Amino acid sequence: MSSFSVTEPSKRSKWFAGTLVITYALITMIPLAWIMLTGFKSPADAISYPPKVLFEPTLEGYVNLFTTRTRQTDEFLTANPPETWYEEIVRQYDMVIAGPSKFGERFLNSVIIGFGSTFLSIFLGTLAAYAFSRFKIPLADDLLFFILSTRMMPPIAVAIPIFLMYRQLGLSDTHLGMILLYTAVNISLAVWLLKGFIDEIPREYEEAALIDGYTRFQAFYKVVLPQAATGIASTAIFCLIFAWNEYAFAVLLTSGTAQTAPPFIPTIIGVGGLDWPAVAAGATIFLLPVMIFTVALRKHLLRGITFGAVRK
Amino acid sequence: MAQIIIKNIRKEFGDFTAVKESSFTIEDGEFFMLLGPSGCGKTTTLRMIAGLELPTSGEIYLDGEEISQKPPSQRDIAFVFQMFALYPHMNVYKNLSYPLVSQGMARRDVRAKVDEVAGILGIEGILKKPVGGLSGGDRQRVALGRAIVRDPKAFMMDEPLGALDAEFRERMSEELRALHDRMNATTVYVTHDQLEAMQMGDKIVVMNNAVVEQFGTPQEIYDKPATMFVADFIGSPSMNFLGFDGKVAEGAQSVELNGQTLGVPQQRQGADGKLVFGVRPEHVKLTDSGGYRGEVIATEYLGTTQIITLETANGEIKARVPAGQVATVGETVGLGFDARTITLFEQASGQALRSELNHEVLTHG
Repeated sequence: MSSFSVTEPSKRSKWFAGTLVITYALITMIPLAWIMLTGFKSPADAISYPPKVLFEPTLEGYVNLFTTRTRQTDEFLTANPPETWYEEIVRQYDMVIAGPSKFGERFLNSVIIGFGSTFLSIFLGTLAAYAFSRFKIPLADDLLFFILSTRMMPPIAVAIPIFLMYRQLGLSDTHLGMILLYTAVNISLAVWLLKGFIDEIPREYEEAALIDGYTRFQAFYKVVLPQAATGIASTAIFCLIFAWNEYAFAVLLTSGTAQTAPPFIPTIIGVGGLDWPAVAAGATIFLLPVMIFTVALRKHLLRGITFGAVRK
Repeated sequence: MAQIIIKNIRKEFGDFTAVKESSFTIEDGEFFMLLGPSGCGKTTTLRMIAGLELPTSGEIYLDGEEISQKPPSQRDIAFVFQMFALYPHMNVYKNLSYPLVSQGMARRDVRAKVDEVAGILGIEGILKKPVGGLSGGDRQRVALGRAIVRDPKAFMMDEPLGALDAEFRERMSEELRALHDRMNATTVYVTHDQLEAMQMGDKIVVMNNAVVEQFGTPQEIYDKPATMFVADFIGSPSMNFLGFDGKVAEGAQSVELNGQTLGVPQQRQGADGKLVFGVRPEHVKLTDSGGYRGEVIATEYLGTTQIITLETANGEIKARVPAGQVATVGETVGLGFDARTITLFEQASGQALRSELNHEVLTHG
């Protein structure tokens, strides 16, 4: 007879749980996998019915994503044979590459605005959370509620006032404007999450540092920050995901210089017919930074989610 | 290394007063105990000396210099926390060297100093280990090491043995005392354990409800309690209190309890009304000749001695008598009290009356 334990799950329930998790993971992965596959299909394969799972991969989508192309006469095409592999891909359609597309720029905008606002949210959020956690602030509870209340309606509800305000202030379609906007939205989340993490760090560590001859700021910087690394990492991921994926404000407030990738990617559809492989390629590349960032910090993220649940 | 004078110190947290006008002096080289039940203000007092709390009013002098409003980093006082508060993201060596690094000491000197301290504490073998996996005793030693490494003027210790198990406490308390003597340090030690205070301390301050009840050597505190609280808090079992209505004249050498005349040290202070006759259990004898009598209601055998609980006309009383003495439950026996050791208290104020015995140590009145 096998022994029975209350805390240790049986082999069968472990197997069942494992299967369940893997099945769920596969189901959620299907759309992502489909997008990634579509990026390597030819336009014909991309829209074929029934959908093709096996196909001949091509980089056409990626070439189209990064370039603008023009149709040329036969004379021109024969006079100028293709010199590169990507030129060759384009020649199938009697086209030549006219220049780089705006995708690179837009992607860079996303990086600047996404990481910029994440950094600013975390920087301000950590300082504010530390102050709320450690100092006696008059009306601290009311202030915290006020900070949270900025998240009680969908941010897009204030889109029109912000649009008008930004036009007046000259912040429309600027990097700074978008960074400030995303920071404003994220800061309440950052303050609340980080306050929770910092509350969990015993005060004695800082007091020990104060006794050991450090100033309050040095104690914060050298003792509290390393302890809060887990919380900071997981908060940063949440902030980045919001700023990175945000679409509505980006459509409304940016059109050129500071336009981010999310409003740009759909515009590819309009250039030369429904170019699904290019859109899929754009979406794939767009996914990568958040994925890399999350994977890089995943240890912290997991610890962050369960933080405080178990006392060491 | 340092003398610390606490003068009329007071600390309020909003409406709550944690410490009320308290004064005492810690002499250079003393092992000084702050003793009291939880919430009595002893830890707050310690934290004010270290600079982790600033007093609402009053002064603290360290070697003659007023430091009550200075940040902790400028006081040169080390602090050992109850939960040790070792920096969890650093290894043992880094924890020990941290106070030296803040002073900008050269790397080579830091190394030498840390090695020296590790040698004193016997922790040379674990310098490279992270603090997370250490045993309670090793954590304790690292915490002590971090305190002594920079040769501070004084050590503050907030129940440093509280987190250790009983068997280990004994050993660590000896180590601590030995370390103190070796360093010739001034140590202020907070505890709620009266035995620990008696064992280790040169001087004890007993605090209760934010005030200093008494301040003196362990012997003074034990033999000449200034208040009923001190008499009750120190000693196990604690002092017996027999309440009586009566009048004591200045110069009197006896009091009348339940019709019996009992000797007391010559009184230097008269009193009238509800009084309390205080006697330690070891100063109660069971004698057939005693006129003052009580009925045995329980006996507790403790090896060399036994504790006899008796019911008297003035309340319950415990006597510590040799284990060999026979006392049967239900029996009525005569009681004898050692007159030189008796302390009389005023019931309402809880204060001891001045007498030949205690007039030198009483600070109140």
